[in-house]
Amino acid sequence: MKGKPSRIRTIKVDTLARLEGEGALYVRVRGDKVQDVQLKIFEPPRFFEAFLRGRDFREAPDITARICGICPIAYLLGASTAMEDACGVKVTEPIRKLRRLIYDGEWIESHVLHMFMLHAPDFLGYEDAIQMAKERPDLVKNALRMKKIGNDIMARLGGREIHPINLRVGGFYKAPAKRELEPLKEELKWGLDAMRDAMKTLSGLSFPNFEQEEDCEYVAMRHPDEYAIIEGRLVSTRGMDAPIREYDDHLTEEHVERSTALRTSVKGRGVCFVGPMARYNLNFNQLSPVAKEAARAARLGPICRNPFKSILIRGVETIFAFEEALRIIEHYEVPDPPAVEVKPRAGTGYGCTEAPRGICYHRYTIDDRGAILDAKIVSPTAVNQKAIEGDLWRFIPKNLGLSKEKLQWRCEQAIRNYDPCISCSAHFLKLELDDA
Amino acid sequence: MPKKRPKLAVWKFASCDGCQLSLLDCEDELLAVAGAVEIAYFPEASRAVAKGPYDLSLVEGSITTPHDAERIHRIRRQSKFLVSIGACATSGGIQALRNFKNVKEFVSIVYASPGYIHTLNKSTPIADHIAVDFELRGCPVSKVQLLELVNALLNGRKPNIGNQSVCVGCKARGAVCVMVARGAPCLGPVTQEGCGAICPAYDRGCYGCFGPKESPNTGSLSERWGVLGVDKKGRVRAFRGFNAYADAFRRESEANER
Repeated sequence: MKGKPSRIRTIKVDTLARLEGEGALYVRVRGDKVQDVQLKIFEPPRFFEAFLRGRDFREAPDITARICGICPIAYLLGASTAMEDACGVKVTEPIRKLRRLIYDGEWIESHVLHMFMLHAPDFLGYEDAIQMAKERPDLVKNALRMKKIGNDIMARLGGREIHPINLRVGGFYKAPAKRELEPLKEELKWGLDAMRDAMKTLSGLSFPNFEQEEDCEYVAMRHPDEYAIIEGRLVSTRGMDAPIREYDDHLTEEHVERSTALRTSVKGRGVCFVGPMARYNLNFNQLSPVAKEAARAARLGPICRNPFKSILIRGVETIFAFEEALRIIEHYEVPDPPAVEVKPRAGTGYGCTEAPRGICYHRYTIDDRGAILDAKIVSPTAVNQKAIEGDLWRFIPKNLGLSKEKLQWRCEQAIRNYDPCISCSAHFLKLELDDA
Repeated sequence: MPKKRPKLAVWKFASCDGCQLSLLDCEDELLAVAGAVEIAYFPEASRAVAKGPYDLSLVEGSITTPHDAERIHRIRRQSKFLVSIGACATSGGIQALRNFKNVKEFVSIVYASPGYIHTLNKSTPIADHIAVDFELRGCPVSKVQLLELVNALLNGRKPNIGNQSVCVGCKARGAVCVMVARGAPCLGPVTQEGCGAICPAYDRGCYGCFGPKESPNTGSLSERWGVLGVDKKGRVRAFRGFNAYADAFRRESEANER
């Protein structure tokens, strides 16, 4: 062999921290060339799609909620709306509003958890939020109070914070009285101010100079009248515009050789990105004036391609959610009845909602007595997996000057940009652990 | 000299992460807890890792892979006090529905290349593999009970966590009985309380997420469900929920299959 042997560096993170579920990272670099990047998922498979077969259609929301304890609403509502679609039923406007309200609660709870407890410590050089709380107590205390407001919405409306029990196909078991929601108003107002204030801290963070390619495809839902959360069409920055029932015509799951998971990509085009940044890039115009103003103050344009800045976009969306929750409570009309009747009929139904980390797709086929014949669920992290690896392939070569320890931490941070929720393992393959 | 704080570790097996999230959901108490213990291993919250042994290990999730069946023994060896938290860890969880079916068929339904999947035929609770010092029920666990548990262990006393039925919870909060008043099928009479009887309070029957109470009369309840119009298949499904593999619920679902 001629020439100087290239130095081989490997980065192995056996347990990726500050994300939900279990994942690992393996990177191999030879000289200044990245040879391999593998985001490994070792979350054991739980077979939701298999054991849903034969269950009653009304059981799907509560069962699928157990895919993820961090974003149960994405499953409770994704399954409910898919079943309503299959049965040809539309819920009333007051029920829709209550669904938005509980989803706002989940966005607040999940976004605040991620921004301040999981992601901000990376930017500020702390191992975790507890350590951060020692030096920046107000930042963490305010975050905990904001997070609690999101959880309070979930608990009042849903019965409890994690795996709420009050949601069903057709609506809710019991609609809260106006006076039960009223006490949230003062805290929501405080939360809105606190989040606007916290944006100053977040926008002062130092962001790695990194941009995704101009032609990369962001995918989100779009609704004509609102910043889409619970329903809409599937749209992308490269021209996709389709009803949810055509999801499988546009997004496909491939099983690549040597791959560790079913990976979603756009048919005929490739990698796609979902989550706050995709929503923001596609639906910026539908944000409220206050949220837009916060984005401007944080020096975000209407398009953002730096995934490290997703923390700012989560902040903007949290402001939006605080405002909307407040508005819904102020104009609250008790839905009577709390749920519309849904009679089973044979067919296939589709549901998709914007989980905090991106679109979460459900498809069910049921028979005329309501028994589930087939189920398909795609979690946002399954979709983003390829995007995360893509970022690392491009990010690492530019940062090889960093010490190994710093580079590893940066890589972890780049993964956490996506707030990956690996517990949503319905669609992850078990990884063959490389013992070498 | 400051007293050395007890070391806390949080471990995850097959689960949704919801039970360990309950700890982060203790917004008012989190910093106090973090002050009273050293969070030595808790990957969902921190990238810092301190070596064992650990004074208290909280274990979430069920055992579903050969690798995990080994790993739980290593965790036991490093833990002074080990508590399994949540329905997955105490009964096998919703993923224990595989225990009633052919798992190979399940693999081929979900995955394109079944060869990659290494999974056990059954999803089993932690106590089937190692000695467990305490079990905290629920899908998810209750924050209040979780805090009570940590508090009790830090102070060297027994956790004050009851095993009465959800019916007792309904009486305590003044909720009207959904089964008597509205004929709604409810698992409350055979389910351990801990949630605060939320389902009946929200006008629906309990779905048993805290698992069977001590010596439940599931047969009698099942008969009552029959009178209320739930056929045998419906009763099988009712007992095959988030605690399907807990002894009393498993036996009752099997009895209804016959």
